[in-house]
Amino acid sequence: MPDMIAVNVNGAKREVASGTSALAAAMMNGAKFVRRSVTGEPRGPLCGMGICFECRMTINGLRHCRSCQIVCEQGMDIRTDE
Amino acid sequence: MKTPSYDVLVIGAGIVGAACADACSAEGLRVCVVEAEIIGGGATAAGMGHLVVMDDSEAQFALTRYSRQLWHRLAPELPDDVEFERCGTIWVAADDEEMAAVRRKKEFYESRGAAAEILDSKSLREAEPNLREGLAGGLLVRDDAVIYAPCAARFLIERAQSRGADIYLPRIAAEIKPGSVRLNDGSLIYSRWVINAAGTWSPALTPGIEVRKRKGHLLITDRYPRFVRHQLVELGYLKSAHSFTKESVAFNVQPRRTGQLLIGSSRQFDCDTKEIDSAMLSRMLARAEEFMPRLGGLSAIRSWTGFRPATPDKLPLIGPWPRQENLLLATGHEGLGITTSLATARLLVDHILGRPSEIPAEPYAAARILEKVHA
Repeated sequence: MPDMIAVNVNGAKREVASGTSALAAAMMNGAKFVRRSVTGEPRGPLCGMGICFECRMTINGLRHCRSCQIVCEQGMDIRTDE
Repeated sequence: MKTPSYDVLVIGAGIVGAACADACSAEGLRVCVVEAEIIGGGATAAGMGHLVVMDDSEAQFALTRYSRQLWHRLAPELPDDVEFERCGTIWVAADDEEMAAVRRKKEFYESRGAAAEILDSKSLREAEPNLREGLAGGLLVRDDAVIYAPCAARFLIERAQSRGADIYLPRIAAEIKPGSVRLNDGSLIYSRWVINAAGTWSPALTPGIEVRKRKGHLLITDRYPRFVRHQLVELGYLKSAHSFTKESVAFNVQPRRTGQLLIGSSRQFDCDTKEIDSAMLSRMLARAEEFMPRLGGLSAIRSWTGFRPATPDKLPLIGPWPRQENLLLATGHEGLGITTSLATARLLVDHILGRPSEIPAEPYAAARILEKVHA
């Protein structure tokens, strides 16, 4: 069994395996998309390696974090766009 | 082909040349503009687009204040993409010594009828929560604004064109002759008046004027709405902008309508390559982080450089060039060309029409350079 850690995804508490990316945590929480474009279009992850910038989310209050490159930490606050 | 002939030929379609074309065409003059590259592609595109009243000298104050009034008058007509925002400027004071300077600055503004408000440490934090704690306060100038200058230049040129002005682009002016301008393809365009508004390129066309390139760096971030609400400039900026040391940086951050932040500023003489100087950029960003620690966590999108056309006495060259009949100068605006473009155009069109100006034109007259030489 991997170590489990607790994070907040859009205000809901979730247990994820240590090593999980913030993006994966959001997807496991049921997110269909993670952000909205400037014109309001829903957007989701594409490259998964930090190049395309499509997976940007607000993490610990900081906007535009590339969630595919950020590993979950205990108590991390992860927010997708509405 | 018929040789074209005009009342006024403007060299340069930066914000200053665009303003001149607009103001001259509004008076019914036949105008053309000769631009080597694109509209608003030089210092106009590289700068922040801060419309700011400055008090380095009485002459600078008079010109910037008059021009800010003209921008306010023009604002309702500006298209949306000019992004005119009356966000105000806060001059940030780090310590008590700078707070004393804030009080002097407020008195200077108010005694000349320009509004300014003193912010203490607490009200500064309320106005700008992302500034670090412990700053002494600041001076809020609510009437200052920001624009996206390349679109403003395009708007002014298009308005001149709608009144019949011609634009020759891309065409390179090679020589200003009496009554005409020779392009580098050998062709001549005849004009009664010629305005040299070529910015850092202006000395090549008018030998004898001293306009040096003063390099600057800027950086733009991703969108962080409300992270910064006013244009923020450290009061020590005055020390940086107005000294003649070879290199300096100052904290200068601007909120764009998109929520993006423009971060500046740097000043370098004798560095004419446009490449980013990473040591200078790092120094500039380190200075910004001293005032705004959370800036370091934001994502930058792009950084670039540009060249301000700087004169030795910190005032632009506006008006007739005594060594050549009917040649008018509109250059050397350094970092204030966006602000002072509209006033520059008014002073020149007043000269052309032989009518009095709303502010004395004499402090900006190019004759002062020659007086110095002979003194």
